[in-house]
Formats: sequence, structure tokens, C-alpha cells
Amino acid sequence: MDYFDPHIHMVSRITDDYETLAKMGCVGMSEPAFWAGFDRGSAESFRDYFRQLTEVEPKRAAQYGIQHYCWLCINAKEAENVTLSREVIKIIPEFLDKPNVLGIGEIGLNKNTRNEAIIFLEHLELAARYDQQILIHTPHLEDKYQGTRMILDMLLGDSRIEPSRVLVDHVEEHTIRPVLEKGFWAGMTLYPVSKCTPQRAADMVEMYGPERLMVNSAGDWGPSKPTAVPDFILEMRRRRHPESLIRKIVYENPLQFFSQSQNFRFTPRDAGVSQEVRAAR
Amino acid sequence: MSIPLSAAEVLNREFLEVRCKLLEVAAALDRLERADGDVSDDPRMKRIQEALDLLNRHQGDRAEQLQLIFSRAYDEQWQAQYKISPR
Repeated sequence: MDYFDPHIHMVSRITDDYETLAKMGCVGMSEPAFWAGFDRGSAESFRDYFRQLTEVEPKRAAQYGIQHYCWLCINAKEAENVTLSREVIKIIPEFLDKPNVLGIGEIGLNKNTRNEAIIFLEHLELAARYDQQILIHTPHLEDKYQGTRMILDMLLGDSRIEPSRVLVDHVEEHTIRPVLEKGFWAGMTLYPVSKCTPQRAADMVEMYGPERLMVNSAGDWGPSKPTAVPDFILEMRRRRHPESLIRKIVYENPLQFFSQSQNFRFTPRDAGVSQEVRAAR
Repeated sequence: MSIPLSAAEVLNREFLEVRCKLLEVAAALDRLERADGDVSDDPRMKRIQEALDLLNRHQGDRAEQLQLIFSRAYDEQWQAQYKISPR
């Protein structure tokens, strides 16, 4: 089954991963800007990182027929440094017209501090000013519930932000309901230990339905599995869910959400196939 | 939306996995007791005990409730405390 991974950090992965993902049906992905595993020393480091996201990764992905998109920001962990964050936010507009940039992300909170909240609001200002979509990172473990509620407060407090153009990622059982109820999109991240398993993601689909719901691997430099979306597909099949439902979550929903971005020009794998050939299949 | 599998099918599929996970928890608690020192006053132990109690209750939202046991509390007044306000 063709699928789209809406959240994966390919700068941290080797080229063999692109090949494996392509073999497993991945036809598109979006890569949010995130923490590199260490705090960067200057805004120029981020300029180089944004060039990597907008110039290098699309080419690596294209070698395997995968369409690569990205999101730009300074992540919540480094947002504790307010001075650096403001310097980085200033350079982001230089990159917003690059053809694979979908919006601002993954912005959010990490330890739910005042500085993180200040920089989150300044990212919202940037997104509103440039009419950008937003991808949200919600905190880990014991900070997730509190941080998610704080993030929703800030999003809903800005009348310029349309919930239908915001994806709130890393939702789990205790955060998915308020996110969906307020009209946002929700992403479930499939991680080996923390966050969510394919089984629990399938449970949440059964409990909340497939509307405005996606799954992603968030594959990065830490313990993570870039092929986690196919694991979810298998789990759904083992539960005898119809292919149409699975396809909606792993393919149609991402395309529907990302289509709201002015730079999203996704070409389906069978776009060159005539209607007659498709009908005969 | 419901799960297409029957309860019997879910049990057949999950029984060994549930048994395995319960066993891991039991063994970890035994390991804690065997180790030198005493962590009975550690607040994390209280949360683990609350989680174990929760599993015995009959309700449909165990996973959500268990997540909340391991979560920091949310205070609606946080923006006033931080002296920030959304646009």
C-alpha cells in the first residue's frame, strides 16, 4: 500500500533507509525541523540545517521515488535560549518560498517553561504573518498532558490560527480527545518505547474514528523505527479493518491536510497511468 | 467505530502478550525488593501502585487514566503565572 509518513527526520537516517521505505510503499514524507541531539551555537547553524532540509534531502529522497517536504522552526528544546531563537525566527522567511516547505514546525513545548511558551507564541506570529500551516510537537512522558493543554490554550487564543491547518503531533490516549474536539488534526507517533505503539494507535482509530487522524514514525537519531507506519498497516489488517480505512489514515489524510499548504504539489505514483488502465486494474 | 474482531479473538491473540507484560512488571517489582536500599517513599512508587490499582477496575478508559497518573497536573491559570498572553 502506498503511504505517506507525515513526520520523519531523514537528516538523521542513512540512505539505505530511503531505499527500505520506498520498498515498503512510502511515496512521500514531511520532515519537521527538530533538535539535533545537541544545542547549536548560532543562527548560522540553523541556516545550514534549513538548506539541508530544503536542498539536500529532497534530492536524496527523489532517488527512490519519494517526495520530500519539510517544516522550519527552532525546536522547543533550544527555544529556552530566547536570543538565539529570535535570530533563527528572523531567517526562516528566507526559506518559506522553497518548493518543499509546508510551514512552521515542529514548534511546541518541551519542559513547559515560560521561555518555551514565549518562543512558541512568536512562531505563531510568524505563521500567521506568512499564512503558513503549523506542525506541533507535544512534550514527552509526564510533561505531555500539561504541555498539550498549554499549547491548545495558545493556539485557541489566537483568532488568526485555523485549527484545520494545524497538526498536533505525538498525541496519546490522554491528549487525543481535546485535540480532535477543538478541530485540530492529530498525529500518533509510533515509537518502540515511549509515545505510542501500532496496537495502541489502532485502538485510538477504533475509539475516535479516522477523521483528521494520521500516524507517523518520527524516525530520528534516537531509538525509533522509520518503518513504523507499515507496522501500523499490518496491525490494522490483522484486526480485519478494510483497506479503504487504512488507506485513508496513511495516505489520504496526509494528502488532504498538506494540500492546504501553498507549496504542496504531490504527484501520485500512478498519475501517468491512463484512466483506462486504472479502470482495467 | 468498533474493532472487527470478537472478544474471544482478541483474547486468543493477546493472551500471551498480556501474560508476558504482567510478568515483566512482577519481575521488576521483585527486583526492586531484592535490591539494596528502600524506595518505598519515592513518589514514583506511589504512581506505580496507583496504576496497578487502576488495572483492577472495570472501565473502558484504563489507558487514558493510566497516562494521567503519570502526568504533571495542568493549571488553567498558567498564562497569568507566566505573565504572557496570546495575541
